[in-house]
Amino acid sequence: MNEFLFIVVPYVCLTTFVVGHVWRYRYDKFGWTTRSSQLYESRLLRIGSPLFHFGMLGVVGGHVIGLLVPQSWTNAVGISEHTYHVVAVAGGLLAGVAALVGMVILIYRRRTVGPVFSATTRMDKVMYAFLAIVITLGMWNTIAGSIMTIGGEYNYREGVSVWYRSFLAFQPDASLMAQAPLGFQLHALFAFGLFALWPFTRLVHVFSAPVGYLTRPYIVYRTRDEQLGSHRPRRGWDRISP
Amino acid sequence: MRVMAQMAMVMNLDKCIGCHTCSVTCKQAWTNRTGTEYIWFNNVETRPGLGYPRTYEDQEKWKGGWELNKRGRLVLKGGGRFKKLFTIFSNPKLPSIGEYYEPWTYDYSTLTDAPAQEHTPVARPKSLISGKDMKIEWSANWDDDLGGSTATAHRDPMLKKIADKVKFEFEQTFMFYLPRICEHCLNPSCAASCPSGAIYKRVEDGIVLVDQDKCRGWRMCVSGCPYKKIYFNHKTGKAEKCTFCFPRIEVGLPTVCSETCVGRLRYIGLMLYDADKVLAAAATEDDHGLYEAQREVFLDPFDPDVMREAEKAGIARDWIEAAQRSPIYALINTYKVALPLHPEYRTMPMVWYIPPLSPVVDVVQETGEDAEDKGNLFAAIDALRIPIEYLAELFTAGDVGPVDAVLKKLAAMRCYMRDINMGRDPNGAIPAAVGMSEEEMYDMYRLLAIAKYDERYVIPAAHAEQAHSLEELATECSVSAYGGGQQDLFGEGSGAPTPIAVENFQMLQERQTADTLASPADKDKRVNLLNWDGKGSPAGLFPPKKTDS
Ligand code: HEM
Ligand code: SF4
Ligand code: SF4
Repeated sequence: MNEFLFIVVPYVCLTTFVVGHVWRYRYDKFGWTTRSSQLYESRLLRIGSPLFHFGMLGVVGGHVIGLLVPQSWTNAVGISEHTYHVVAVAGGLLAGVAALVGMVILIYRRRTVGPVFSATTRMDKVMYAFLAIVITLGMWNTIAGSIMTIGGEYNYREGVSVWYRSFLAFQPDASLMAQAPLGFQLHALFAFGLFALWPFTRLVHVFSAPVGYLTRPYIVYRTRDEQLGSHRPRRGWDRISP
Repeated sequence: MRVMAQMAMVMNLDKCIGCHTCSVTCKQAWTNRTGTEYIWFNNVETRPGLGYPRTYEDQEKWKGGWELNKRGRLVLKGGGRFKKLFTIFSNPKLPSIGEYYEPWTYDYSTLTDAPAQEHTPVARPKSLISGKDMKIEWSANWDDDLGGSTATAHRDPMLKKIADKVKFEFEQTFMFYLPRICEHCLNPSCAASCPSGAIYKRVEDGIVLVDQDKCRGWRMCVSGCPYKKIYFNHKTGKAEKCTFCFPRIEVGLPTVCSETCVGRLRYIGLMLYDADKVLAAAATEDDHGLYEAQREVFLDPFDPDVMREAEKAGIARDWIEAAQRSPIYALINTYKVALPLHPEYRTMPMVWYIPPLSPVVDVVQETGEDAEDKGNLFAAIDALRIPIEYLAELFTAGDVGPVDAVLKKLAAMRCYMRDINMGRDPNGAIPAAVGMSEEEMYDMYRLLAIAKYDERYVIPAAHAEQAHSLEELATECSVSAYGGGQQDLFGEGSGAPTPIAVENFQMLQERQTADTLASPADKDKRVNLLNWDGKGSPAGLFPPKKTDS
């Protein structure tokens, strides 16, 4: 069972994530967009979206450090267990709360603002469900696990993180995950579920974060030849209801 | 010198009757899809008025276009690259749908499905955004013909600048129509604001387009364009804009708005310009100098140096010739009667306008004086400060000098031609008063008043050799190439369906509109039975008689 949950499922999700993005990029560039809803409503978006996104960027950054940097490395540069813990919990809490509050505003806006709600696809709803579960579980793990230490202290850097790196190295060790508290297990599983959904939602916009804007010349010139003529790529599967 | 060619347009505002045909035909052609209901690539505004979207010209509010920073360098008014990325999660300067208008339809089925009843059923307006019942409170053209302007016009950003002088009393008003499309700017701030680099300017003809596959819906371009001519399609989540009808332009046809214009007031042609000078011109310090600065960027297509450089830059011979015949060049540089719309936005717009003389003529007429008399018109131009200052706010960043000069030329033309039309001796002093020769004045009159289709639209077709990689040309492995004679079996109409493409459009069009048989050479051998009414025997019904055997 553990093998299935912490080896098979994650790999299936990861494969879907990678193959899905390649497929979508090739066949549905036209559907690859944030599908901004600011035209309909901007008062709530102005608060919710930056809160959510800046929070989320912090959360992502935190995960990269927490999951990918082994404990031995931070120890080696002289960061004590305790210092790391305090910084991680404080930063995680800050980013997490921002993301959570932002998300609540965004979901509230999606549901209550008429035009935004009618522009919400089924996939948007599924995505928000997963996103909400993952973020809430993540916050729970931080608060319950690291601050209130409900059910004993758990150092994820000796469990989940090691499993995650073993997973990425294609030598997965499911037992590490099996020993983790339920909150962590669920958080990881739902997160992989979200990854599997990712390429089929608007979340693809994350991969086109426009960092190139900082360096490219302002005005882009292109010749006529580069175009494809009258050929239009087929529409994406995430049809926008008319 | 780096010569580039730009497709440009001039509109003669005196002739616009505000019929909105251009807007409607454009909409039918380009924005009749869901998500684009509120989008008008071409819109016609009554001025003074708020415009569409409302008060778009107030750049202190919307922050579109470019400005000079303290060190005199050209920067985006809405903020540089870092600021754009920092505020990407919620664009602080995006007009809401209410600023354009909430599009609607009517619930027509209540009319057709209504049972017999005492009261006439009513079709309620339904929002195309939320699907709910709505109250119609604004539209793309709410203040048409100054309707309701006593309540709204004081918010016109251009009127505000000269505001204290204007009372919106019926007897004192003036009005004219301003049709607007994307300006296809030489220095487009929409493209500069696009984080993905999806908006590009075509090297060949300067048309500014949005690559729908590269646009990621960051909606920064909408704020970047000071003319608000980029629109966000709220269904596809991508930006869309006027395309200058590039598929038509490529085959030598004018844009849909021009083709259908009732007043025949639009001109299309090429301008050659020096791309190396654009930024310096856009960074001209004094707003009033921008009109002249932009004219300096244009190149004289008759100058041998320019022609040589143009050919070096890969501009084909027939394009250079088209640039020489360009009505745009004549109106902007030879007669100097066309002015740019809001040069102070520093985007170097390429749709120019001949300002309307009608506010002046109307006033003279109302006083009962002769409105075709040079003295009367010139005096009125000098006296009517408010309409002229208003025009100057639109076309020369507030500098009344050039507007005065243009209006006087138009007035002079009116008086000069009156003499000719009445069979009197033309008065050479009239053109001389505005610094033109009689011949020039007459030529200008011809271009403005009676120019035919192919003089108003001088559009060289795109070159097929450039388009060789276009998909339609993949007909290279035709049936006959395999030795099959299929295509020759039943004449030119048979074989695989011929795709309509840039390369064969003209040929197909000629065939479809010609009233002779496709190949006149063998006319006597063929007849179109579909056109035959059964009477008599038209030539070609039977094979030609053998005369000798
Ligand atoms: C790193 C670069 C990112 C950029 C530049 C970016 C930008 C945007 C933009 C412009 C919107 C449209 C907002 C609107 O006008 O309606 C949006 C929406 C959204 N983004 Fe991002 N995003 C990024 C990363 C992320 C990440 C990491 C996540 C989550 C995992 C995320 C989740 C969302 C969601 C859920 C929405 C929809 C909000 C709504 O309308 O309900 N984004 N993003
Ligand atoms: S007028 Fe057209 S080319 Fe100029 S900035 Fe606006 S959208 Fe871009
Ligand atoms: S079709 Fe011509 S005359 Fe009619 S509104 Fe448009 S520009 Fe003016």
